[in-house]
Amino acid sequence: MTLTFEAEKRLGDFVLEARFTSEGGVTALFGPSGSGKTTIVNLVAGLSQPDRGRITLDGEVLVDRAVGVMLPPSRRRIGYVFQDARLFPHLSVQSNLSYGRWFGPRAGRWGDFGAIVELLGIGALLKRRPLDLSGGEKQRVAIGRALLASPRLLLMDEPLAALDRARRAEILPFLERLRDEMKLPILYVSHAVDEVARLADQVVIIEAGRVAAAGPVGTVFADVAADSETGAILTAIVHAEDEIDGVTLLDHPAGVLQIPKLGRRLGTRVRVHIRARDIALAVGEPGRLSIRNRLAARVVAVSEQMSDVAVSLDVGGEPMLARVTRGAQRDLGLAPGLAVTALIKAVALDER
Amino acid sequence: MDGLFTAEEWQAIGLSLRVACVAVAASLPFGIACAMLLARGRFPGRTLFSAVIHLPLVMPPVVTGFLLLLAFGRKGPIGAFLDQQFGVVLAFRWTGAALACAVMGFPLMVRAIALSIEAIDQRLEQAAATLGAGRVAVFLTVTLPLALPGILAGLVLSFARALGEFGATITFVSNIPGETQTIPSAIYSLIQTPGGDGAALRLTIVSVVISLGALVLSEAIARRATRDTRP
Repeated sequence: MTLTFEAEKRLGDFVLEARFTSEGGVTALFGPSGSGKTTIVNLVAGLSQPDRGRITLDGEVLVDRAVGVMLPPSRRRIGYVFQDARLFPHLSVQSNLSYGRWFGPRAGRWGDFGAIVELLGIGALLKRRPLDLSGGEKQRVAIGRALLASPRLLLMDEPLAALDRARRAEILPFLERLRDEMKLPILYVSHAVDEVARLADQVVIIEAGRVAAAGPVGTVFADVAADSETGAILTAIVHAEDEIDGVTLLDHPAGVLQIPKLGRRLGTRVRVHIRARDIALAVGEPGRLSIRNRLAARVVAVSEQMSDVAVSLDVGGEPMLARVTRGAQRDLGLAPGLAVTALIKAVALDER
Repeated sequence: MDGLFTAEEWQAIGLSLRVACVAVAASLPFGIACAMLLARGRFPGRTLFSAVIHLPLVMPPVVTGFLLLLAFGRKGPIGAFLDQQFGVVLAFRWTGAALACAVMGFPLMVRAIALSIEAIDQRLEQAAATLGAGRVAVFLTVTLPLALPGILAGLVLSFARALGEFGATITFVSNIPGETQTIPSAIYSLIQTPGGDGAALRLTIVSVVISLGALVLSEAIARRATRDTRP
């Protein structure tokens, strides 16, 4: 799957002028509210038309203003999960789910009704009406409805934003399974770092209608980290569960990470979000410390900021950013190429 | 039952129901189309279009009837065309009465339907489009079902208007027993006739009962339709 996006659109005072490419997997459009993320997905879906530009999906032109092509949304086969579910109130959950099955070519159809219903855990809701559903249930039905229309690409516009923490926690695993089991390309809009870190492979950062950065999620977030809280997003494998200490051990190329018990299957790939200020650096063997997580790292770059020093590190192939004081930098002699140990407090880790 | 009303009264009741049903049924497709245009259309002359549709609501019914006679009478441009091409004559026929009733009830029908179409969340239609539904499919599967309460309300209002229509009908198709004499025209004739008061009262009661029945029925249907769709 290849999506190429290049469009300009003016909405009052706001101007969107963005260009990016997505090569399958989960691509996150990340940025603050009002930065133009929803405008972008609406343009991809065909719900609005760009003033100028060209959007293609796998070589097929969806929009090209230069030659006057504008494929209507119904013929794009692009699924859309809206922030506010938008279930049809006059239809049962079952009819909502099968709505998209009425349209489109039989040939390109994929996805088994029973399998998708089971994946989303909505089997018990089929006879109900959308109005009787909770927010989380509605959103899962909306996801199922979009999937059952056999889309080539799925757009998700902050599908979790309207939900409380508990509901979000309920749906996130479904989205992960969607990514891992359905292999469906997803364009995922969010302004929540934790969601993007957990779900996305690629991230496109949107600021004030423009693409500020784009690339693999770890790299982009590290670049942006110069003025943010994020220290690192590490991908690790669940290696063991320690029942006695109540911790889960994660395998990472740079060492073993201990985090509060996760209860996930062994071998599962997880992402770990670490704040820059929870990372300490040590040169040489740190000796006896209460800090359990010690990752081998190498200094890539050192840059002086207003109040402190940002140290960019390479941790087993993944980027990490630590913040230290000027004094600490001097004492440790932090400079590019130096081997250090990154110390991370176990409690500062969770699967965010 | 035969003792309750005279043959002429039965005729008027039957004719009234027939005229009202045909008027409502025939104008419904046009009513929905005009309501769609009014609720969603953005085109030059929209205000004028709206005014023309609402005209029968504000004009004296006699004027409407006379305009119908001018247009649809045997010598009128439309009436002559229909007569020559299809052999259809409306003037002084019950079909003409139905046309008069349809025209008089049309603004009420369009208004009710347009209001309910305006109330539909268009984002639901967008959702349907992303699921592969083309414009016609979106209209049939989302817009129309969600506008159903308004459509029912429009049907009842125009049906009631058709049952009560007098001025335009009597002007356009006169007051011919068995052909164009509906309940209101019959009541009018009866009160002109010495000793007709009793019969007039009986027809009045019939009129009230039919109208009440239509209202109750529409309320019941509307409640069923809205029960599942409104919070």
